[in-house]
Amino acid sequence: MNIAEKEQDVMEEFSVFEDWMDKYSYLIELGKDLPLINEKYKTNQHLISGCQSRVWLYAELKDGKMFLSADSDAIITKGIVSLLVNVLSGHTPSEILEAKLDFLDQIGLKEHLSPTRANGLSSMVKQIMLYARVFQIKLKEE
Amino acid sequence: MDLQQIRKDFPILNQQVNGKPLVYLDNAATTQKPLAVIQRISDYYLKENSNVHRGVHHLSQVATEAYENARGYIAKYIHAEESNEIIFTRGTTESINLLANVLSPWIQAGDEIIISGMEHHSNLVPWQQLCERNKARLKVLPVDLDGTLDLNFLEKMLTPQVKLLAIAHISNVLGTVNPVKEIVRIAHNKGVPVLLDGAQGIAHAKVDVQDLGVDFYAFSGHKIYAPMGIGVLYGRFTWLRRLPPYQFGGEMIDQVSFEKTTFNELPYKYEAGTPNVAGALGLEAALHYVQKTGVDDIFNHEDKLLKYATEKLENIDGMRIIGHAKEKAAVLSFLVNGLHPFDLGTLLDQMGIAVRTGHHCAQPLMDFYGIPGTVRASFAMYNTLEEVDIFVDAVKKAVGMLQ
Repeated sequence: MNIAEKEQDVMEEFSVFEDWMDKYSYLIELGKDLPLINEKYKTNQHLISGCQSRVWLYAELKDGKMFLSADSDAIITKGIVSLLVNVLSGHTPSEILEAKLDFLDQIGLKEHLSPTRANGLSSMVKQIMLYARVFQIKLKEE
Repeated sequence: MDLQQIRKDFPILNQQVNGKPLVYLDNAATTQKPLAVIQRISDYYLKENSNVHRGVHHLSQVATEAYENARGYIAKYIHAEESNEIIFTRGTTESINLLANVLSPWIQAGDEIIISGMEHHSNLVPWQQLCERNKARLKVLPVDLDGTLDLNFLEKMLTPQVKLLAIAHISNVLGTVNPVKEIVRIAHNKGVPVLLDGAQGIAHAKVDVQDLGVDFYAFSGHKIYAPMGIGVLYGRFTWLRRLPPYQFGGEMIDQVSFEKTTFNELPYKYEAGTPNVAGALGLEAALHYVQKTGVDDIFNHEDKLLKYATEKLENIDGMRIIGHAKEKAAVLSFLVNGLHPFDLGTLLDQMGIAVRTGHHCAQPLMDFYGIPGTVRASFAMYNTLEEVDIFVDAVKKAVGMLQ
C-alpha cells in the first residue's frame, strides 16, 4: 500500500465512529500497537518540543526506506503518533516528503485537538519530515 | 444562597461543550462573570467613559468619581485602613512584580528573602530575579507531603538577614489554606514584613488585611468573578509612602520640568498611565455581588463541594489526591495510577468538563512530589453537587478507557 492508500484506510476507519469518545478509544487502541522506540534513544535529543506530554521519536534508514519508532508518557499522544507512524513508516524518504497528510484534516483530528495538542501534532510532522530530508540527502550522496 | 438564581446570573454556564452540558471546574484559573459585572462594564462604556483625573468636564468627573468609589469599596472589602493603600494593577503577577521592583533598593548583598515550596511561579520568579540582581539569597520554606508548611521551621529560617517573607494565602495546586495570620505574627516578631499572594485567597478566604496584620496583599480580579486585566496590590500606607515609584509617566507625577520631576501622592504614585477604569468598576461590581450573595454561604457551599468531590474521587481505584491539608479550599488536585494528566483532561473535555492539567505554574512543587503534573478541579459558588457527580462519573469513564 502506498501512503495515499494508507491515508484513505485511516479515514475509513475513523468514519465508522460518530462519537468522538469512540474515536479517542480507537486512538488509545492504536497507541498500544505503536512500534516503541529503543530505550537507549529515549533521550532529550529525540524529544519533540512543543508537546505538553513528552514524545520521543526515532527514525532509521533500512534498504532505502525510513522506519519510525516512538513513545510518549501520555496514551492519547501515543495514539496520535501511531497514526503518523502507521501511515509513513516503511516508505522512502522521497515518498514521505511528498505525502500530503490530508487525512489529519479529513478525520477532523486537527480541529478537534486543543491548540496545545494540535501544536504537538505539527511538531511531530515537522520532525518526521526533517528526518526524511536528512535521509534523502544521505541517499543521494551514496 | 439561591443556587438556581446564581446559575442564571452566569449565562455562560448554560451551554453545551462537545454535545454535553458544560461543567466548569477551572475556577482557580479564572472564574466566570455574573451579569452584574458584565452590565457594569457595559454601562461604563455606554454612559460614563472618559479619562479619569485632571478633567474639568462632566464625564471625566463622573468617571473619576466611579473609579475612586471602586477603590474605596475594595479598601472596605479587604478592610484596608484607607483607600490610598489600594493600588490598581493588571493582576497578581503585576502586583508582585511592582513590589519586587520598588523593594529592590532595600535588598542588599547577603540579605535573604523567604518564599515557600508551594508558590506559584508568579510569587517565585520575581523574588528569584531580585535576589540574583542584588546578590541576595532566596530561601524556601519546605512543604510537607500532606501539603502544609512547617511553622517551627519558619522561625528557624527567620535570621536577621531576612528582609521579606512572600507566601501564598491559598495554594493554587494543593488548595492548602496557609495559617497566614500566624505566619505574619511569627515574621513580625522578627521584624520581617510579609507579602501574601492572594490570587486564590481573595475568592476562597476572608481577607481582612488589618486583622491579618499583613504588609502587602496581592490579588487578581478575574479569580473573583471580575474581568481580566484588573488586580490590586494592597500595601500598608507606611510602607507605600516610603517606597519609590515603579513606572513613570502620566498620572503618577506632581510637577515635571526637564530638570526634575516630583511625584504624585498615593495611590497615584503607583498608577502611571491611563488606568483600567472599566476593570476597576467591574471588580467593584464583582465584590458587591459576592457580598450580596453572602461570603459565608459561598465558602460553606464550596467546602461542601470540595468534601463531596474528595470523598467520591477517593473511591476510584488508584486515585491519588495531591494535598491533604486540614484547611483546604476549593481546589482538588489528583492523579490516577500512572495516567498522564493530559490524557485525563482531554477525555474529560470530550465529556463537557473543564478542568486544568499540567504543572499549574508550580514546577518546583511538581518536582517535590515527583509528578509531571496533576488534574485539577476547582470550584466556585455556581458549581453544584450534581456537577460533581457528572465529573466523578466522567473521571471513572476516562480511567476505564485509558487503562
